[in-house]
Amino acid sequence: MVNEVCLRTLDLERPWLMEQYQSRGGYEVLKQVLTEKRAPEDIIEEVKKSGLRGRGGAGFPTGLKWSFISRNAPGQKYVVCNSDEGEPGTFKDRDILRYNPHQLIEGMILAGYAIGATRGYNYIRGEFWEPYERFEQALQEAREAGFLGENLLGSGFDFELHTHLGGGAYICGEETALLESIEGKKGQPRYKPPFPAHFGLYGRPTIINNTESLASIPMILEKGGEWFADIGVKNSGGSKLFSISGNINNPGVFEIPMGTPFSELLEMAGGMKDGRKIKAVIPGGSSAPVIPGDLMMDLNMDYDSIAGAGSMLGSGAVIVLDDTNCMVKTLERMSYFYHEESCGQCTPCREGTGWLYRVVHRIESGQGRQEDLDLLDDVADKISGKTICALGDAAALPVQGMLRHYRDEFQYHIDHKRCMVGAG
Amino acid sequence: MTVTVKDKTELFSPQICAEIDRWIAKYPAEWKQSAVMGALMIVQDDNGGWLTTELMDRVADYLDMPPIAVYEVATFYSMYELKPVGKHKICVCTNVSCMTNKSDLIVEHLEKKLGISFGEVTEDGRFSMKEVECLGACGGAPMMQIGKQYYENLTPEIVDAILEGLE
Repeated sequence: MVNEVCLRTLDLERPWLMEQYQSRGGYEVLKQVLTEKRAPEDIIEEVKKSGLRGRGGAGFPTGLKWSFISRNAPGQKYVVCNSDEGEPGTFKDRDILRYNPHQLIEGMILAGYAIGATRGYNYIRGEFWEPYERFEQALQEAREAGFLGENLLGSGFDFELHTHLGGGAYICGEETALLESIEGKKGQPRYKPPFPAHFGLYGRPTIINNTESLASIPMILEKGGEWFADIGVKNSGGSKLFSISGNINNPGVFEIPMGTPFSELLEMAGGMKDGRKIKAVIPGGSSAPVIPGDLMMDLNMDYDSIAGAGSMLGSGAVIVLDDTNCMVKTLERMSYFYHEESCGQCTPCREGTGWLYRVVHRIESGQGRQEDLDLLDDVADKISGKTICALGDAAALPVQGMLRHYRDEFQYHIDHKRCMVGAG
Repeated sequence: MTVTVKDKTELFSPQICAEIDRWIAKYPAEWKQSAVMGALMIVQDDNGGWLTTELMDRVADYLDMPPIAVYEVATFYSMYELKPVGKHKICVCTNVSCMTNKSDLIVEHLEKKLGISFGEVTEDGRFSMKEVECLGACGGAPMMQIGKQYYENLTPEIVDAILEGLE
């Protein structure tokens, strides 16, 4: 079962066109829902049944999120799609936007129908110009076909959808920072509660879901929640897009069932480059704690299996590192990233990410002190759980993971003022 | 407000005004400010890739925002430039997937070829270099972005060919 949901049109020529999408049954389920006036509660129930969990990284059950909205509350409600793909290692939503934008549009309209929202925004990261143009073209086609606008297919349901372009800020992938950004402000996360379901975009009830989550909706409604759930395993319904990169022969995006052994995914990705030995895997984007290669070879690509090894499935971004990689240098680069991207709002994150980077940097450059390892643990601990959003945790987790599995490499750097793998 | 504007259409050319208006139309009428990111990008593109304080003030006037709110946005997001950049802004990703696929060689090659480092502009103003965080194209690592275009699976030879193909 490969490419059955979000990438189901990938084998077609110019799959981003309306006619191609429709040749695979695209927009059929939307027509059915609208003409039969399917009960919105029934749609939410089906999504719950599917076991779909937020594909942006947090893994929160999508159907449950939708049920937090009071559908009949008066006034404007919004559906927002998070296409601000920026977690290092993640490049799957880009492919949905480029190759199957109509399925995302259909998913967003269905989400709007389910929660009673008549407006949607798709927040695409500003660097994604090609995906943005594809999505805009698809929006125009959808408008012309009567799938967007007023009184869709005579159903009495209105839905309008627009793109918002980001400006280069990782933090805007955090849902409330993203909403701030659409409102034309700095992307600094809001305190929760209130959650977006009650106080979201422009202070109105809002659901915000990842691109892949929303693009999964049409197939879930077409074939049923159970069908989707059964593709995957317990607690991890469906298939998932894995972006696999690093020191491998055939990096790319693979849509495969949840629970697929990592070893099979690695094989699909062509195995290790130059026949090198696998050293480590970052299984869910750079915030996910590293897992040693041999341990990873026994794990499956689902939430529980990866969590059982002390990491997380996150966005499904798998970075595979071979034995030429220095873990100190790898962590230095990751810590630099979180320092660079901290929005500056909370002191533990703003200051702590700088501490993490500077300490790892001095270890990497041969200036490390013996007490630095405890210092790293201490700083990471002082950030974790003490900030408004999860960026602080995302900065601390890789440090904790690296020290758990590769403490000897850090120690070697401090003792010998050089790298044990000879690369740095 | 820094200046009193009687007619907003005097702030920018008709074409720029029309482009900004397209963004304004996407949002609720009372939320013109939502168009600030789009407006800044349009104005920046029109000004050779960077923003001056005067341009930001005009955007503020156009969208009925306090200038400080526009500066906040322009300084928060990495794609806005507050100093001149090259005609071709070369953004090289050096994050983990690119790093392990030798993005350092790409950076070194560009530095040697252009005689500049990150944050600098060539004397003739044609190129500038910028280090960027993950651009979401790790399957094509190492990669870079020039203007709106992504270039993936780079080698020094491919970089040469790309630069030669630019105007």
